[in-house]
Amino acid sequence: MVFMFWLIAIITLGSALAMVLNKNIFRSALFMVVTFIGVAAMYVLLQADFLAAVQILVYAGAIAIFIVFGIMLTVRGNMKQTNLFSKNAALAGLVSLVLVVINAIMVLTSDWPVSEAAPPVETVGQIAELMLTKFIVPFEVVAVLLLVALLGAIIIAKEVKKTS
Amino acid sequence: MIGLNHFLVFSGTLFCIGLFGALAKRSAIAILMGLEVMLTAVNINLVAISRYVTPEYLVGQVFAVFVIAVAAAEVAVGLALIVAIYRNRISVNVEDFDWLKW
Repeated sequence: MVFMFWLIAIITLGSALAMVLNKNIFRSALFMVVTFIGVAAMYVLLQADFLAAVQILVYAGAIAIFIVFGIMLTVRGNMKQTNLFSKNAALAGLVSLVLVVINAIMVLTSDWPVSEAAPPVETVGQIAELMLTKFIVPFEVVAVLLLVALLGAIIIAKEVKKTS
Repeated sequence: MIGLNHFLVFSGTLFCIGLFGALAKRSAIAILMGLEVMLTAVNINLVAISRYVTPEYLVGQVFAVFVIAVAAAEVAVGLALIVAIYRNRISVNVEDFDWLKW
């Protein structure tokens, strides 16, 4: 558990950093997939097996394909120097670094009410039960949101014709 | 022994790397990628707190499923917007998107 945690953490954070620092946007997308798979492994360590499967399906599958489609539709010619930093990169780096330090200090000085109870062996049944009883309204709202996002994406990406 | 603190610091660091990507990049698609990494880092936080603070009650994992659904909707609409803007401006550089300035 200890060794696996450090291995997965180093792989995930390293590939996230490589994603940000790479100058080739296609390689950035591939490093993003490695980051998402590392996060799925983190879910397995946290005994959330259903979420690990969903993470691989949705993030490493669907969203990665989306991003690669977006890159292929918008970048012409060769891929070198397609993912450069903007003018305010130094300021952004400073803000992020300060936020890392503040977050670490806040987490390590807080007193978390950690419970010693064992997590349930099987999670899918309990998630389904919660979703279809207590969280039924958010569940339906998310379903409508996905439908609206699908229709909106089609309408935006398809050029709107001027009506006479 | 790996505890709650390790997971929270890990997810905070991942969030800040995504934030750096979203703030410091010039390509709109790279900004979307940074946003996705930020949303994933939030999910780790939710699942870790659900696992260590209320292990017998999986509300954090249900929240994480909702966040994943919203992230999928967001990336679909975002990429559609980028493709529509690219058609007009032949660019995905956010420094060229200045229609709302005067």
